Amino acid sequence: MAEHTIKAFDEEIDRLRGLIAEMGGRAEAAIENAMLALQRQDKVLAAQVVADDKRIDAIEAEVEKLVIQVIALRAPMANDLRDVIAALKIVSVVERIGDYAKNIAKRVPLIATNTRTLEPISLLPSMGQVAGEMVHDALNAFAARDADLALAVVKRDQVVDDFYNSVFRTLVTFMVENPKTISECAHLLFIAKNIERIGDHATNVAEMVYYAATGQTLPERERGADLQPED
Amino acid sequence: MTQEQTDLTIANPKMSARDVKVFYGPKQAIKGVSIDVDMDHVTAFIGPSGCGKSTFLRTLNRMNDTVASARVEGEITLDGENIYAPTMDVVQLRARVGMVFQKPNPFPKSIYENIAYGPRIHGLAAGKADMDVIVEKSLRRAGLWDEVKDRLNDSGTALSGGQQQRLCIGRAIAVEPEVILMDEPCSALDPIATAKIEELIHELRGRYGIVIVTHNMQQAARVSQRTAFFHLGELVEYGVTSDIFTNPRQERTKDYITGRYG
Ligand SMILES: Nc1ncnc2c1ncn2[C@@H]1O[C@H](COP(=O)(O)OP(=O)(O)O)[C@@H](O)[C@H]1O
Ligand SMILES: [Mg+2]
Repeated sequence: MAEHTIKAFDEEIDRLRGLIAEMGGRAEAAIENAMLALQRQDKVLAAQVVADDKRIDAIEAEVEKLVIQVIALRAPMANDLRDVIAALKIVSVVERIGDYAKNIAKRVPLIATNTRTLEPISLLPSMGQVAGEMVHDALNAFAARDADLALAVVKRDQVVDDFYNSVFRTLVTFMVENPKTISECAHLLFIAKNIERIGDHATNVAEMVYYAATGQTLPERERGADLQPED
Repeated sequence: MTQEQTDLTIANPKMSARDVKVFYGPKQAIKGVSIDVDMDHVTAFIGPSGCGKSTFLRTLNRMNDTVASARVEGEITLDGENIYAPTMDVVQLRARVGMVFQKPNPFPKSIYENIAYGPRIHGLAAGKADMDVIVEKSLRRAGLWDEVKDRLNDSGTALSGGQQQRLCIGRAIAVEPEVILMDEPCSALDPIATAKIEELIHELRGRYGIVIVTHNMQQAARVSQRTAFFHLGELVEYGVTSDIFTNPRQERTKDYITGRYG
């Protein structure tokens, strides 16, 4: 795309994109590390995820400040306006994604039993991976103004939803058969729900990216039947 | 919801331009422009300097007649009537399609006379009392009455720039126009005076067809409901103002309104 006549405007937009790319990378790492900490029962890594979340919050605040400055000083129009508004909305969603990862990490020390005895746990890392990739792709789509990639993210949300439904059923069955693990399994259920929400949020980001890139809103998504009502 | 292409059809256009071309000698300044103007929408013309906004605006009340080298082709109608027809009374036309210029140009006469002049030559007032009513009504519509009612005999040129511009709008209004053309009416004004003119444009909408040329895109966004982007004598894009400023369809429009032009 051609450069703005006012160079400082381009620099601010670039900085905005840089911050969002960093934020996305950190959110993705937070999900990955939280899942790793869960699998390995690594309390140190889990604590690290919780601590690292502060930087994600800080980036959100920085982007907010920058967006307000750009709107006040540059009066962006058209695709520029859609971009900065999308940036503002995206960071608040990515901040939530970071919170879900932190939430997962916080549960790691609460799961006292050796996780190897909890069979259903084996489903969670792949589910986490899909959600993490969605976050990654949604933010890459923003950086590259790639509407097709954004669309692909939206389509992938169904995979996470299906994962969730399967994890839910597996955990319930497992709890019935192993009543002593109910408290651990309850944590795992919440973790699965958190990952499912991360997928939803990544989808929202992708929808915002699609609008920013094309100026068109996506048709309302068809949702698969959920086992639980939306929270 | 997928965004619908907004219907831009204007049911009862006050003015219609069809394939209008303007030449200054051998040089073509307007290259086949078609557009409609109605009373319900303020139309803004935007585009880089020299793209032909003023030239096209001036075809709408035959102001180009005063430029010897200028030649206009195509058709422009007012209420369906061709304004370039030989039978058209140009003085009458310019009362029906009034014009406000970039630099406020009140006559060096009293505020009262500035307004009364047009109605008098068009025979719109039966007597002094009648004229008083017209002057007050015009100044009220121009949003100037409260500021000048106690000094109607002061010279129009003694007013501030913003007041002078509203006086000129009042002068256009006094002859009961149907359309008011404004060519960068605020470019000589400070922000407060500009805001008052913009507010006035809002109030006049519906009563008059209004076309405004502006180099200030924020102003186009604030005052108009339809925006036309001109480039190199062409009408590149015409649309609902909010669409043009959030999602222009043409690359050239986008580059211009996002500040990527030139
Ligand atoms: N009286 C004139 N004689 C010759 N060329 C003119 C005259 N007025 C305008 N032009 C030319 O016509 C083009 C359009 O000018 P104008 O309508 O004033 O543009 P804008 O109002 O968009 O700045 C420009 O190239 C300008 O130089
Ligand atoms: Mg001009």
